[in-house]
Amino acid sequence: MSLITEASTQPAAAFRVTRSRRNVAWTGVGALVVVVVLALFPYIVYSGTTAILVQAFIVLTLASMWNLLAGYAGLVSVGQQAFVGLGAYFVLILGLHGTSPFAALPVAAIACGVAALPLWWLVSRLRSGYFAIATWVLAATIMLFIERFSSIGGGSGMPLPGFTGYSSVLLTADTYWAGLAVTVLAMAGIYLLLRSRLGLVLTAIRDDEVAARSSGARVGLARMLVFVVAGVGCGAAGGVLAISQLQVQPSADFSVQWTAEMAFATIIGGLGTIEGPIIGTAVYMILQQTLASYNAWYLIVVGLVAIVVALFARRGLWGLIDEKVHLRLFPVGYWLRAGGGAGRPRRMRWRRAHSFPA
Amino acid sequence: MAWVNAIIQGVLTGGLYALFACGLSLMFGVMKVVNLAHGDLAVVAGYIAIGIIAATHVPVLWSFLIVVPVMAVLGYVLQRTLIQSALDRGVLTTLVVTLGLSLVIENGLLQFFTANTRGIGTGLALVQDSFSIGSQIQVAWLLVVFFAVAVAALLGLQYFLSRSRYGRLIRAVADDKEAAQLAGADYRHVFGIAAALALATVALGGIAYGMYSDLDPTAGTDTILLFAFAAVVIGGLGSLWGTLLGGIVLGVAQQIGAQINISDELLAGFIVFLVVLVLRPQGLTSRRAQS
Amino acid sequence: MTGLAGGAGPAGGKGPIGDGPAGGVRPDSGVPLLEVRDLVVHHGQLQALDAISLRVFPGEVYAIIGANGAGKSTLLRTIAGLHQPTEGSVLLDGNDVTQLRPERRARHGIVMVPEGRRLFGSLSVEENLQVGATYARPGGTWTIDAVYDVFDWMRARRHQRTGQLSGGEQQAVAVGRALVANPRVLLLDELSLGLAPVVVQRIYGMLPQILATGLTVLLVEQDVSQALRVASQIQCLLEGRTTLEGRPADVTAEQVEAAYFGLASTASAGRPGEGSDSLWPG
Repeated sequence: MSLITEASTQPAAAFRVTRSRRNVAWTGVGALVVVVVLALFPYIVYSGTTAILVQAFIVLTLASMWNLLAGYAGLVSVGQQAFVGLGAYFVLILGLHGTSPFAALPVAAIACGVAALPLWWLVSRLRSGYFAIATWVLAATIMLFIERFSSIGGGSGMPLPGFTGYSSVLLTADTYWAGLAVTVLAMAGIYLLLRSRLGLVLTAIRDDEVAARSSGARVGLARMLVFVVAGVGCGAAGGVLAISQLQVQPSADFSVQWTAEMAFATIIGGLGTIEGPIIGTAVYMILQQTLASYNAWYLIVVGLVAIVVALFARRGLWGLIDEKVHLRLFPVGYWLRAGGGAGRPRRMRWRRAHSFPA
Repeated sequence: MAWVNAIIQGVLTGGLYALFACGLSLMFGVMKVVNLAHGDLAVVAGYIAIGIIAATHVPVLWSFLIVVPVMAVLGYVLQRTLIQSALDRGVLTTLVVTLGLSLVIENGLLQFFTANTRGIGTGLALVQDSFSIGSQIQVAWLLVVFFAVAVAALLGLQYFLSRSRYGRLIRAVADDKEAAQLAGADYRHVFGIAAALALATVALGGIAYGMYSDLDPTAGTDTILLFAFAAVVIGGLGSLWGTLLGGIVLGVAQQIGAQINISDELLAGFIVFLVVLVLRPQGLTSRRAQS
Repeated sequence: MTGLAGGAGPAGGKGPIGDGPAGGVRPDSGVPLLEVRDLVVHHGQLQALDAISLRVFPGEVYAIIGANGAGKSTLLRTIAGLHQPTEGSVLLDGNDVTQLRPERRARHGIVMVPEGRRLFGSLSVEENLQVGATYARPGGTWTIDAVYDVFDWMRARRHQRTGQLSGGEQQAVAVGRALVANPRVLLLDELSLGLAPVVVQRIYGMLPQILATGLTVLLVEQDVSQALRVASQIQCLLEGRTTLEGRPADVTAEQVEAAYFGLASTASAGRPGEGSDSLWPG
């Protein structure tokens, strides 16, 4: 009697690796259409609506960045408001030297990316809980430091220069387009990043850091790049914030509230997917607009929803949709298609070869 | 002489910070939980005290006796329900859930108590008074009392942890919760006890804070939480007396900063925090390097 | 894997291996103290145990042997409650305990000494024992003093932190911590791991004393000869399945070797009528 159980042998099925299950080229076209429509808004809708949309753009950009940090690089930062504030203040500083705020915006964003490097050096060796607190303290420290300089407004802030001669209508429109541009660039950038080699490394790190390291992945470098990219993104959002507010104000620009907003929009929408922050931002803005007259209630509701989602729907609202429909607007994972090759496949079985954060 | 005054005040304030910090250290050391709502819970305790005093007109010192046990029970319940569920799902979930809790608490307080600050007036002459050492040094009685309360609380905690049955269980579960299970201990219950202790001490801190300065709904995240973490990190995780040392270092750094430039008080403290975080993350009292 | 204890026999190596304790005669009927029925356990998608069954009767020393990855520790951890089975059940005295959490099982008398000792490093020797005794079943003979009596060196060093002890000393404290919980079934997971052979012998030498107080032992061992020396009943696992079970006195070296490595049996080659095929499962 043999002790070795015969391993059940199956004919090796031919597998094909594809980026997405359905042809999503139409999604790209759809996205383009959406962007074009959005770009036309200043001609179509009231300025009140565009102002709300600018807020939404800021939150969406921030949420996408937080998603990149926490959902893909495993970095839970409670201090991204540092970059929001820095972005705002870089726009101010450039404005004080004569640059138009809109021209200053990309420069400010890049400056935030540069500033991210020494900040990363300070916190990179810390792990989870310590990392979170350190980022928060860093943000608070940066705010206190900036408040010392009365030339840039001290503790109460100052208005943004460079808007004289701007008609109100044009200003609203330009602010809107700046916000739209930042958001589109941010999301396109993240999409391309995750489809690149870096994206592969990040997924590997997320699944099993030790294995990734021993396979040669440059984990530290990957994380640093993500941190810098997030700095640029949050900084750009901060610049848009300053422009939309026409001023900088340290307590508002560096408020930990930004972290709460971006974290919750991401969690509610779905961590670890590009689509998640979109849904999360939409939910957040809807809550804000409908409950705004009840003062602090919308934040209470947001907090409660975030807790419930984090505990019971870990992949967020997009995760719930995704499970039913298997839809990816921004395909960054891989699908394994079994039964390809010669002849009619017996059965198409889709297996997702890309997993979610634990 | 102003410097001596500053340093003395810094040392004594360290006691208050230790009260905030030891609960955080306990929760992080035992459950590996970074409770982002920790500071807000201190503020809640302060507001409960205000509410009780306003409603029942009991002497202020009695409020300690009522609020501390209430917060301890709240801590147990919170741990067994919300925080345990989050812990079971991972570090990220725990951070998000405690951040959510912080948001809900702060905005809840804002909604019901408005953004105005409230103080806990004790009405005792003791509170306003200070005594003098020599001709130039003034020490506020209140701060001395807080320091004494902090030391007493730390002594009590130390005694509990080293001598009592549950103290042993808490230390055992902190070392290896699976092995503790094999020995018959339900670690969720032990976590609850640790959380109850943590919230009891933070309640002391919150009420003290309300007496010393004024409470407002955002004080939890604006000041208390960061001070607590600074004290824990500087003093060294896992060491109760380290939180006192950390609190003292923080307090002194702040006062020295204030002496240099009145608006640099907070900044000085945070800079010391960052320096320690970068150079010696295990803190001043720990012998091991952070793993 | 260490070499099998020499069962000197005729060419071909057939003959009884080891003898195990004389006691522990298996009853033909009756309720086993500890029973496992058709246990299926998975680690994620990987199947670790495939319909494992076993029965341990009071007073026995039941040893589970097998190579690395065979599923031995998984089996013990599932019995202790640290792992939930996909299918199957664990019974104590006929009562189904499969749904009970590990701490409840410990309080009912299933106490495990985990692999790697797992002492509470920041606690002293005595405090480790005290924690073990916190939820002890009442009425046991194993008090902390009784443990000190057996391990005479411990009393003098009881206030020392366990991190400073040697491997063998830590193992003794770990066993003591389990004993003071007054178990009915003592689960020993890889006692010999990381210890010098002479130390291992000394610890296993205590088993008679433990059994004399009415305990039953279920142990997992990589050191096959050691297991065969102390066990009254053995079971060999390979890739999550049982490949051999029976008394040490009734199995031959080749049978164990074949069961351990999963080779086709060579025991029946040569002389007819020799070799115990009846012990092969199914």
